[in-house]
Amino acid sequence: MSVITYRDALNQALREEMHRDDRVFIMGEEVAVYQGAYKVSKGLLQEFGEMRVVDTPITELGFAGVGVGAAMVGLRPIIEFMTWNFALLAIDQVVNSAAKMLYMSGGQFNIPMVFRGPNGAALQLSAQHSQAWESWLAHIPGLKVVAPGTPYDAKGLLKSAIRDDNPVIVLEGEMLYNTKGEVPDSDEVIVPIGKAELKREGEHASIITHGKMILVALQAADQLAKQGINVDVVDLRTIRPMDIDAITTSVRKTNRAVVLEEGWELCGVGAQVVDYVQRECFDDLDAPVVRVHQADVPMPYAKNLERAAKPDAAKTVAAVKKVMYLE
Amino acid sequence: MATKVVMEALSPTMEEGRLVKWLKNEGEQVKNGETLAEVETDKAIMELVARGEGVLRKRLLNENDAAPVGQLIAVIAAPDENIDALVSGAGGGTAAPAAPATASAGATPVPRSPAQSQGEASTPPQEKAGSAPPAPPPARPAAPPAPSAAPSGNGGGRMRSSPLARRMASENGLDLQAVQGSGPGGRIIKRDIEAAVASGAVRQQPAAARFVPAGEDYHDAPLTQIRKTIARRLSESIGPIPTFYLTAEFDMDRVAEMRGAMAAMGEEFKVSFNDIVLKAVATALAQHPEVNAHWLGDKIRYFNRVHLGMAVAIEEGLITPVIFDADRKRMSEISREARELAKRARERKLKPEEYTGSTFSVSNLGMFGIDQFTAIINPPEVGILAIGALEEKPVVVDGALAARKRMRVTMSCDHRVVDGALGARFLQTLRRLIENPLMLVY
Amino acid sequence: MAKKKPDSPAPSEDVELRRDLLRSMLLQRRFEERCAEAYALGKIGGFCHLYIGQEACGTGAISILRPDDYVITTYRDHGQALARGIAPRAIMAELFGRIDGVVRGKGGSMHLFDRNVNFLGGHGIVGGHVPIATGVGFAIKYRGGDQVCVCFMGESVANTGAFHEALNMAALWKLPVVFIIENNRYGMGTALERASSIHDIYTRAASYDMPRGVVDGQDVMVVRAAVQEAVDRARTESTPTLLEVRTYRFMGHSMSDAVSGTYRTKEELEEYLKRDPIIVLRTQLQQAGQLTDDEFAKLDADVKAVVQDAWDFAEQSPEPPLEALYEDVLVDTTSDAHAEAAVAAD
Repeated sequence: MSVITYRDALNQALREEMHRDDRVFIMGEEVAVYQGAYKVSKGLLQEFGEMRVVDTPITELGFAGVGVGAAMVGLRPIIEFMTWNFALLAIDQVVNSAAKMLYMSGGQFNIPMVFRGPNGAALQLSAQHSQAWESWLAHIPGLKVVAPGTPYDAKGLLKSAIRDDNPVIVLEGEMLYNTKGEVPDSDEVIVPIGKAELKREGEHASIITHGKMILVALQAADQLAKQGINVDVVDLRTIRPMDIDAITTSVRKTNRAVVLEEGWELCGVGAQVVDYVQRECFDDLDAPVVRVHQADVPMPYAKNLERAAKPDAAKTVAAVKKVMYLE
Repeated sequence: MATKVVMEALSPTMEEGRLVKWLKNEGEQVKNGETLAEVETDKAIMELVARGEGVLRKRLLNENDAAPVGQLIAVIAAPDENIDALVSGAGGGTAAPAAPATASAGATPVPRSPAQSQGEASTPPQEKAGSAPPAPPPARPAAPPAPSAAPSGNGGGRMRSSPLARRMASENGLDLQAVQGSGPGGRIIKRDIEAAVASGAVRQQPAAARFVPAGEDYHDAPLTQIRKTIARRLSESIGPIPTFYLTAEFDMDRVAEMRGAMAAMGEEFKVSFNDIVLKAVATALAQHPEVNAHWLGDKIRYFNRVHLGMAVAIEEGLITPVIFDADRKRMSEISREARELAKRARERKLKPEEYTGSTFSVSNLGMFGIDQFTAIINPPEVGILAIGALEEKPVVVDGALAARKRMRVTMSCDHRVVDGALGARFLQTLRRLIENPLMLVY
Repeated sequence: MAKKKPDSPAPSEDVELRRDLLRSMLLQRRFEERCAEAYALGKIGGFCHLYIGQEACGTGAISILRPDDYVITTYRDHGQALARGIAPRAIMAELFGRIDGVVRGKGGSMHLFDRNVNFLGGHGIVGGHVPIATGVGFAIKYRGGDQVCVCFMGESVANTGAFHEALNMAALWKLPVVFIIENNRYGMGTALERASSIHDIYTRAASYDMPRGVVDGQDVMVVRAAVQEAVDRARTESTPTLLEVRTYRFMGHSMSDAVSGTYRTKEELEEYLKRDPIIVLRTQLQQAGQLTDDEFAKLDADVKAVVQDAWDFAEQSPEPPLEALYEDVLVDTTSDAHAEAAVAAD
């Protein structure tokens, strides 16, 4: 067992899978010579050469489509977006090509590929560079969407994504790349897609979240524990398909739920979680479900405003107290 | 061989086309693919081309007239060919088979009719307007309303409780009304139930719920052959609704007694004779769903809920506001609602949903001193009860003459659904309830 | 514009070839005519874009290809699918929305795909498939193969960002892709001159230092010669080409668009009809004494029978079962399960 960074965990996953299957290649801006804008692909060019570690022009729509074409005829591309904000330029290829090819070809052409990159806000990058896109992507049938929050999950889910025969979206986080966690040294760190994990166990309320917000939820759980309140932290890990059982099992136990996400409120991932809860756990609820999310504004630049806009531990603690009628 | 020219679907959504201009005259030679006419679709002006060769023998649609997709609008044939049969079969809105009747097939394609061209074929056709009453408001939640004397801190509003609290209360046999809510707005939550169970101070409530709405609001029964025959024969005999009448006289002494006792308890407990009768009718209907029904022509719809229509005379005539779920309402609710509905009916302030959707009706002319009358059934209902005046008259009770308060009711029954014996049994039940009004609070 | 091919086949072979091309184009023409009829009768729904008038482009280009080459195209795909050898029955059944359709009734007119002949689809978003073609070229190079990917598109695609991104990368990485613009003069109802700042579309390739050319798209032999050169360059030098093939569609943009009227005149249409690609080739053959009127009539009767057979087949094919609704959204496999099959497909 080693303690490594989220960045290195992703790097290990890429390296291991590229060794395992020579149809796997990585393509994107700055992935090769520059060693990755966030150094996730560090060392891969030297190890695998320029045909398998491919720098592209700044042309998200173009190289996302190149990935789809390569996947159609048998390769297994990993398309890195420098951030998901730039991936909006490529959304036609993600949605209209990758997600639908299998269906509209009557099952003839599956698209075994990965679209990955950092998602959501970092620090003071303001409106165009600080957005969480999971609710957009998870809306689309034909895609799988994962959002690892820890180094272990990052490695395990990326490996699963690369091996999956469908297009898989991997949402990472700039603020996560330097975070550390335990990852076994063995090759076989595989986290199945579609399985949530209880990151912390409690009895009084459930915090249901994913991705970067796992860290926020665990922070909130620590603060609550000091006040004698113990919460379940359910890490969805995969947004699509969503692990409904994990959600309902926890809520049936605690009777109270807080849903935490990085994105905006309207039509957010949390809205879907709340829908499952009201449908499956209606008679188990002792309080309305409360959501914690980004303020309904484009991300501001000023430090204080940015802090006010983002979901955080304090807001999460307050939400838990609200569902426990402790306000 | 003749070729039929039909109005073609020249856009994906076109259901009919307007013939803007004929480009060929009758008698003119036309070639396959040649433009015959300009047709205005829902999107653009398009060309209608010939799908056969010959002479344009007959044009069956005038310029500026519209035809549905599939309708025959012209015939192309050899100069000497007899096309009378084709032409005589033309016209009307029905979609004629539109395959070019040339040698080209083996296949005889039929165009989609306008109704089919939209939506999926599996979608059932829409019900004809008016064939079913508008949906009544949904059933009330089963939780009993809080009485004014309830010890909860709800300030007289609706009692609030979390779904979990309700489930726990039910599992523990607790009466939620006796639990003090500590959540927002007095909401009863988990900890309140836990406290109540721990204190053991809560009175137990019988486990059986008072009202269990049974699944669907109604069920449809297909017509049996005998019902069909009865319906047909009796309709021939007397108007479209073969009505017969059953009259009964009820003893109202005990109703009067009860009413008096209630009035003595205070102004707020006062109810009218009519309120008690409404309550009794609703209760009887709940026990006789076979008269709480609609005649729908090809089937009979039996309702599991009782929505009682109440004829109210207004200046312009008559209107029948509805007390929904009347059988599940307390006497006080019925009384309040009947009064309110009658008042608003006279002010002409009723909303359509308040005077539609009844499953059975009552008409009371007692206040006008009418002893007995027959009321007209309000279709598709199958019965109406006419209530006469309450009057004191001499009757034999236990072998002796006594002055008793009596009331005559006449039920009009639609014989297609309600047979004599059925109506009589209903009135029997009603008599039992009215002559023993305590049954109404059982 | 017509070029002499470097090594002309023997005359008899040439006659055979021309007759095959004529037959293919005639099949497409008759197929599309019946599509128009079926559409009018409501048997075909949705968007339906016919290839009538443009047959020489797809027929000429595809006639050059090997079976292991790839073809990818737009939503105006019936003609090219036929030229590539997809069964008329499977295409017609698809258009009718039936289970025996080439994509099992899931795609319709705009999305014909057939793995068996490396037909990578009709794609419905203007410009969307051009980067995919570049990706196919990338995969060929990645595996060290000598296949070629031919990508058809309309002239309005050249105004999209995807086109430029895709051509830039294809040229930058020297990928074996032949981009063929079928310039039919109108992007739906907007004339080329009203949509593009330059009118010689093929010159856009100069931006990427990519070989380029323009040819008469109504003469199938001319198209063949030009595509042959481009395909050879792709196969042997792994170099992409942009070819502009000038053609004209004789029908409206789709079935809900008039043949002429608001954006083009009847006179213009009639002018182009004189250069019907089928008439052009038929005349060539007849003038060379290689085709009689009777032979042409027989050819026409043959293809009409094929199309009628496709129609009958489509009509009797069942609608897809409702279970199919949820099928093929995702595959239930991973690389391990698919590894062998994929390698075999490569």
